Amino acid sequence: MDGPAERGEAIRYVAKNMRLDLRLIAEMIPRGAKVLDIGCGDGALLAHLTAEKGADARGIEIDMAAVTEAVASGLAVIHGDADTDLAFYPDGAFDYVVLSRTLQAVEKPREVLRQMLRIGRHAIVSFPNFGHWQMRWRLLVTGRMPDTETWNRPWYETPNIHPCTIADFFALCAMEGYVVEEWLAVDEHGRRAPWRRSARLANLFGEQALFKLRRG
Amino acid sequence: MSAPVAPFPQVEHQRAVFADGLALDCGAAIRPLAVAWRGYGRLNAARSNAVLVCHALTGDQYVAETHPVTGRPGWWETIIGPGKPLDTDRYFVLCANVLGGCMGSTGPREEMTDAEGRGLGRPWGTDFPSITIRDMVRAQKRLTDHLGITRLLGVVGGSMGGMQVLEWAATYPEAVFAAAPIATAAHHSAQNIAFHEVGRAAIHADPDWKGGRYWEDGRVPAQGLSVARMVAHITYLSEQALTRKFGRRLRGASALTFLEDVFEVESYLRHQGSTFVRRFDANSYLTITRAMDYFDLAAEHGGDLANAFRGTATRFFVASFSSDWLFPTRESRALVRALNAAAANVSFVEFATDKGHDAFLLEEPEFHRALGGFLAGCADRLGV
Repeated sequence: MDGPAERGEAIRYVAKNMRLDLRLIAEMIPRGAKVLDIGCGDGALLAHLTAEKGADARGIEIDMAAVTEAVASGLAVIHGDADTDLAFYPDGAFDYVVLSRTLQAVEKPREVLRQMLRIGRHAIVSFPNFGHWQMRWRLLVTGRMPDTETWNRPWYETPNIHPCTIADFFALCAMEGYVVEEWLAVDEHGRRAPWRRSARLANLFGEQALFKLRRG
Repeated sequence: MSAPVAPFPQVEHQRAVFADGLALDCGAAIRPLAVAWRGYGRLNAARSNAVLVCHALTGDQYVAETHPVTGRPGWWETIIGPGKPLDTDRYFVLCANVLGGCMGSTGPREEMTDAEGRGLGRPWGTDFPSITIRDMVRAQKRLTDHLGITRLLGVVGGSMGGMQVLEWAATYPEAVFAAAPIATAAHHSAQNIAFHEVGRAAIHADPDWKGGRYWEDGRVPAQGLSVARMVAHITYLSEQALTRKFGRRLRGASALTFLEDVFEVESYLRHQGSTFVRRFDANSYLTITRAMDYFDLAAEHGGDLANAFRGTATRFFVASFSSDWLFPTRESRALVRALNAAAANVSFVEFATDKGHDAFLLEEPEFHRALGGFLAGCADRLGV
């Protein structure tokens, strides 16, 4: 159980500065939508969507303490794992399926995306961009795996086993035939970054990426 | 192992009696039907704040008060009471002795009746018909109807109580706003049936059982029932919990003498067995363990568990405990997946503990917080 527990920690780590990031996700979701938040932590987004947008919002979270917190505050959250539990939801059960800063930590990101777009009409995915200039620079200059605010764990114990760049993610969407309905790059604190028009610049300067997809 | 036991004195139980009786899954009918029950807190004017607690195999309706027969605290006093997760300042909490039980509801120890409901002057004993978990739930539904409760705010229970919760949600979905099946499963596993059979075999092998007619000469099959309880009790605990509580310690000695040594764990089990036979009826034990063995909710719905919950509006909170090997987490997970497949609103937590199956009855603050929060959230939604 070492792996999932570690992943749980990683999710909590990013939860510290999630408020703005969550707001950006919430802006993409219309009122009254049926939403599944994968890796929902203690349910901050679920609570927001329920209270502010009248959403039917449910979650999956791998960390017991976080799930307990969410359930104790009356949210519908399942103690589970994105890699294994999504397969059991029926097709089209949700309007939006959200995966916030967790894609890089799952066992099979491509399969998780497929499942998200099977059970949801739209998928909203955010992930840290491994193509950011700091990563490139550090790798080039030091020859060592980058150590930044986002990528802050040594390679041998990082839960982030599937890092990707914004360009990689566009390529995967093209390969799988997903339509990118909306995308944006943000800085570490979830503030919108100015290079929205150019994917190449975003891939160099965006610390986090946020995508809204649908099936092609 | 034990001298003839003195059963606890019989007491009058509060009960509702339904003269028209109850038709059972096995095809037989019993009449009248008696349902012994207890309530805590106050039913509000809208009758919308009732929470039904379903008890486990050897539990009973005295869930949150000193037991009138044994003098021990109620079996779930940790979570029921003012300000507790099942807050009696807010909810009306009720619990009924299951059909087939031995604390006042119709069961093998009660007087046998004929088809017209006339008493035959002898207990049912082993002539009591086979019952199912669904029969137990139907009997409880008669009680809630009788109390004028059309929809329960919540139905909560662990182990066999959890089976009843699932059966409630599947059979009367419109009457259950929130359901909390805890440390349970949608069917009894082969291993669970096997352990039950050991218990039943022990009762059958006791000469005092007399083919179930032990009531004729006022004896009880104490040895057999005690062994059944001892075996069952092992399944309620985890290996870690047994090691933590008893290890290899000896009673009254610090080292083996190879004479009359007794390990503490043995003495504990014997105590569990001998106190149990004073309060529980052997034929009830046979009847209820059988009902649990028969339970298979998927089979009742065409082999697909999700069918049991299709279109349900009930909100579920499923809980399991990591060291429970009698109703392991994988059973709860299978249930959660079926609920997801039925697009039900479901929460699920596996709580980390070394206390085994019994954890649901013990001090588990995280579990209590989650259960309390779940119910409170549902009550908020209903405006209770």
